[in-house]
This record gives sequence, C-alpha cells and structure tokens, in this order.
Amino acid sequence: MDVSIFAEYGPRLLSGFGLTILCWLLGTVLGAALGLLIAVAQRYGGRSVRWVLQTYIEVIRGTPFLVQLFLLYYGGPMIGLRLDPLPAGLLGLTIYGSPYFAEIFRSAFRAVPLGLIEAGRAIGMPELAIVRRILLPVGLVSALPALVNFSIILTKETVILSIITVPELMYQTQYMATMTFTYLEGYLALALFFWGFVEVISRLGRRLERRITRHLIERS
Amino acid sequence: MFSLSTFLDAFWPLTLAARYTLLVSGLGIALGLVIGAFVCVLALSKSRAARTVAALWVSYLRGVPMLVQLLVVFFLLPVIGINVPAIVAAVVTTAIVASAYISEIWRGAILALPRGQTEAAIAIGMRPRDTWTRIILPQAVALSIPQLINELILLVKASSLVSVVGVMEITRASQAQAGVTFRPLEAYLAAACLYLVINLCLAALGRWLEHRMAV
Repeated sequence: MDVSIFAEYGPRLLSGFGLTILCWLLGTVLGAALGLLIAVAQRYGGRSVRWVLQTYIEVIRGTPFLVQLFLLYYGGPMIGLRLDPLPAGLLGLTIYGSPYFAEIFRSAFRAVPLGLIEAGRAIGMPELAIVRRILLPVGLVSALPALVNFSIILTKETVILSIITVPELMYQTQYMATMTFTYLEGYLALALFFWGFVEVISRLGRRLERRITRHLIERS
Repeated sequence: MFSLSTFLDAFWPLTLAARYTLLVSGLGIALGLVIGAFVCVLALSKSRAARTVAALWVSYLRGVPMLVQLLVVFFLLPVIGINVPAIVAAVVTTAIVASAYISEIWRGAILALPRGQTEAAIAIGMRPRDTWTRIILPQAVALSIPQLINELILLVKASSLVSVVGVMEITRASQAQAGVTFRPLEAYLAAACLYLVINLCLAALGRWLEHRMAV
C-alpha cells in the first residue's frame, strides 16, 4: 500500500476531520438542547402536549437516520425547505438525537429526590427556578454517563452525513478512494482511525464523569 | 405539494423491498446470536488471551461506524478472493456488528444473575454443565430478551445503510422510487412509515415475549 497518497490527500482529510468534529459537537449540543426542551415540556405540559411529544419520540426513534436525512434534504425542497448539505445534516443530527436526549433527561429528572423539589416549592421558588436550580444541576449529574454514552454514539452517526454530500471525513476518504482506487486501504485506515478516536473520547468522557461526580464518590 | 396517490403508490414496491430489509436484519441477528455467544464465552473465560481477543472484537465493532465497516467488508471480500454479491457483505457486516453488542448483552445478563443461583446449584450437587444449561442460561436468556429485541430494532434501522452497496432494500427502493416519480418527499415518507410499522411490530413482540418469559 502506498502511504504517500495519505500525504497528498492529507489536507482534505484533515479538513474533513475538522468538519466531523464540528458536526458532532454541534449535533450533540443542539440535540441535547432540543431534548432538554422536550423533557421539560413533557414534565409540565398537558396531556395533549405529552401525547404529541411521545409520538415525535416514537417516530424519530422508529425510523433510520438515513431516511430522515433523505426526507429532510431531498423531500424538504418540495415543502419549501431548501437547505445546503451541511445545515441539512446538522438539523438532521439535531432531530435524530433529540428523542434519545429527551429520554435521558426525563429519567434523570425522575431520579431527582422529590423532597428537593418540595423543599423548593415550600420556600416559594417559581417552577422555572426549580427547573434551573434543582432539576438541572441534580439531574445532570445522574444523567452524565448516559449523556456521554449517547454523544459517543453520535460521533459514529456523523459518517452518514457523507451520503448527502456533507464533506466530512468519510466523504473526503471516499473522494480519495475514488481518485486513487484505494478503496480498501482508505476505508480500513478510516476504520482504524475511528476506532482510536472513539476510544480516546470514551476515555475523556469517563474522566469527565469522574471529575463531575467526585463529590458523590468521596462521601460514600 | 404533497400527493397522496404518489405516496400510496410507493408502498407496494417498498413492501417488496422490505423482504431484503428483513432478510439482512433477520439473518444478521441470527448469525449475530451465534457469534455473540462464542464471543461471550471468550469474554467470560479464565484465559487472559481469550478475554483480550473478545475485548478487542467488541471495542473495534462498537467503535467504528457501521457504514465504514460495511465498506471495509465490501471491498475486502473480493481482495481475499471471495467474490459474492453485495447482500452477503451486508449480512456479514450486520452479523459481526450485532455479535459485539449481543455478546455484551449476554455477558451482562449472566453477570446480573445472583451468585446464590450458581452456589445453590453447586450445593445440591449439580454438575457444571447442568448448572449452565438448567440454571444460568435459561434465566440469562429470559433476562436478555428485551435487549435482544431492542438490538433487532437497531439492526432494522441500520440495514438502511446497506443501500449504499446496492442492496435493494427499503431505503434503496425508495431512492429508486424517488428517481422515477421525481417525488422524493412521498417516497421517503413511505419508507419512513414502513420502517416505523416494522419497528412498532417488533416492539410489541418484545413486550409480549417479555411478559411470557417473565422469571
């Protein structure tokens, strides 16, 4: 195998990797934000709101990400939603991740001791303050392992964006493979790279978890 | 604007294509159960080398996006002299990816059984083989049913990726449909509906099995 092709296509691959990271981070942050909104709305919304959100969650979780992307990117223009590949991909990632994040937040909120919330009400905190000062800080700590876990799953979903021509790492690898007929080498290198990348961010994630839950471990 | 007749017309070709979605995910999980059982044995073995092999297997397959793995298998098979249709590469990839998750599901289920179960079996003089086949495995399998169904649902969704290598399953068929009718919205919406129906059925099956096999 000729290693020099990696040197020649290095800048492309590097820019692709940068875009992969960007998509992953933005997708995670926006998806988590939407998921959080859904979880809060489910908690405080009426029956009809809860039903609508539950249906949204079931539909998104029951359909493949690729089909969601196709609907958004190719079907969108038919209803006036014309997006470039990158914004379509980011919106797709946000929508795809939101129900999983919503479920994580929902169960984390449920795990917050009721006494804390009642104490908040007893001293006259408005509901919004209860969410911001009790549910979020206490719930986030217990949600952290699941949040880290799902954001790692999302890194792997970013490669699917290459299919709607977002020029991220997979797309650039494909480009290199097609130009130089190095399909096997290219994809194998990409696989090994991803393996290492996912291992590194899982370690970082576990370290972050330990750092944030330190106060719980030291006391128990 | 949205055309209801185009949307409804898309269902028939997509339902035909659903056979391949079910074939890839069904065969994938069946082979994945077999390979996964083998990997699980390695992961629980006393030999350090076996445990390392299992750990590497699981970490590679869970760390690399399935689309990348699919393309590696797709381009690797011909290089090592195995010329097979794309669907075989699709099934092989699905099976090995599933095996990594399934071995972890089973390992978790076996470790989740109370130690007292094994100890009681030993105490009443059961042989190790009987302890496994009569005490540990039946309970572990029952315990793992919900997660296995969940894995199958994930595989049905992941099988949309094999459209990339040209297997005519639901997603590929909806692409073809969109190409013929120039109406991507209806075609992909029909595909989404079909996936949703399959997955809701699987979820219902899972709840039923869980209810029946409750220990």
